[in-house]
Amino acid sequence: MTVHKDAAIVGIYEYPYRVIDGKSPWEIKAECARLALEDAGLGWQDVDALYDAAENGMGAGFTAAEYFGLHPKVMDTTAVGGSSFEFHAAHARRAIREGKANVALLTYGSTSRSQSNAIGTGGRVSERISNPVNNMENPWGLVLVGNYAMAARRHMYQYGTTPEQLADIAVTTRYHATRNPDAVRGLADLGIHRTGELSVDDVLASKMVADPLHVLDCCLISDGGGAVVIAGSGVVPSTRRCPAWIAGTGEAIGYRENGSDLTVTAATVSGTQAFREASIRPDDIDVAMIYDSFTITVLMTLEDLGFCKKGEGGAYVANGYLRYDNLGGPALNTDGGGLSSNHPGMRGIFLLIEAVRQIRGESTSQVDNPAYCLAHGNGGWLTSRHASGTVILAR
Amino acid sequence: MSSTHIRPLPSLDELDTGPFWAATSGHELRYQRCIECVQVVFYPRKHCTNCGSSMLEWHVSAGEGVIYSFTVIRRNGHPYFSSIVPYVVALVDMDEGFRMMTNIVQTAPENVRIGQRVRVFWEDYDTVSLPMFVQLDAVDNSTNSESAEGSIGMKEAMA
Repeated sequence: MTVHKDAAIVGIYEYPYRVIDGKSPWEIKAECARLALEDAGLGWQDVDALYDAAENGMGAGFTAAEYFGLHPKVMDTTAVGGSSFEFHAAHARRAIREGKANVALLTYGSTSRSQSNAIGTGGRVSERISNPVNNMENPWGLVLVGNYAMAARRHMYQYGTTPEQLADIAVTTRYHATRNPDAVRGLADLGIHRTGELSVDDVLASKMVADPLHVLDCCLISDGGGAVVIAGSGVVPSTRRCPAWIAGTGEAIGYRENGSDLTVTAATVSGTQAFREASIRPDDIDVAMIYDSFTITVLMTLEDLGFCKKGEGGAYVANGYLRYDNLGGPALNTDGGGLSSNHPGMRGIFLLIEAVRQIRGESTSQVDNPAYCLAHGNGGWLTSRHASGTVILAR
Repeated sequence: MSSTHIRPLPSLDELDTGPFWAATSGHELRYQRCIECVQVVFYPRKHCTNCGSSMLEWHVSAGEGVIYSFTVIRRNGHPYFSSIVPYVVALVDMDEGFRMMTNIVQTAPENVRIGQRVRVFWEDYDTVSLPMFVQLDAVDNSTNSESAEGSIGMKEAMA
């Protein structure tokens, strides 16, 4: 297996706080950008490709470039929710490989928590109905979590998956969060009373939000930010840290169709592309950073990426199989994930950041010498319209 | 009750789906089929999602189908919906081959199961009627546990 060495993640920074007072999302983005470039040993004006998920509104292309004071030759505002950053990493590698750019900057900043955005159950209905989808669906009162709940319900029906098995995912990610000081402080700052480990019973005893998903099956709502710097092979030797090479990427879009299987996501397509490109198999992955908006998101994604067969995800995740200190399976969301570390609305950038920490040997739940780490973002609404971005990183 | 305590209603002016909603006041549940490739198209559009043709024709559904999946919403920040929790949002596979989102009404949420046959039940408003659904099957209380639901539901799905 020869790792493609066209482009690597050379700089990362995660904003350490989950409740951020007195800073705008743009200020958070710029601060993270400066510190990620410092981490890489690169300068502000080295950036010639800029990626933005438009998390702070339309016109992100020119707004971001102007705010930062950069003059990118490549500007990409692919906005596919939480998976945007995996798409950006894929696009950055392509741009670098084509010789269009040398240093790409991805940033994210959000004050969802402080602005009291109830992401999962907010029940926001657009006043000016502007598209056919809203016009068909607004009357029925489906909240975001309801999409995931319908997928979970169908998965249980088709495969006998149990609430206990879903809960095991939340238990594993909390176990990892308890080892991450930023996550532990964040849980306290967010007003979560119990910041220690969880049991399956704790999850099942938590309040039902949308059957069969409980509060503890759902991610946190926090503030946050981060930045990632990607450089071409010509630049990498002049950077400071161990590079995390982008060995394979995949992108796909999925949506509800007449007669489609609600238990299958576009990860089947993005995963196949990424594994083929990296010339490896799911068995070769040491760390799986899987978007965990809800426990069911992880379970279905693991199946779709081929870590286990479709329908066997429940048994696969049970009994702490994905804990970092269990030698059998890949380690899941070793920073604590969206379920127990942070989720400011679009978590995809943190999947890349933690995967890089693992490659560097700096995670608080470090796996021994990982060769391959996978980051998979799911954006949009699982089983309804959604985007899947898979990135495989290698040393 | 303030004006915000009103269910969000569809617009008849939305260009793709307006004709669907316009027909609901006459209690017609419409769907489209492509004249060229016979693909069923839903939600309504101006083109066939299979072949791209603009030759679509409207048909009227008999109004029966099977619950494909559902959830019980217990929390919603919207003033109207927060006043009616818990309620059931479902996807129903209609006999004509299209899948639609709806509410299952006139039953307790705990009686709803995947695989149940349902029939359209119109809730009338001034300019539109909303196609909600009610159960056709009598509810068998012996199917209440998760495991029983799985096995019995599978038989129905395969039938």
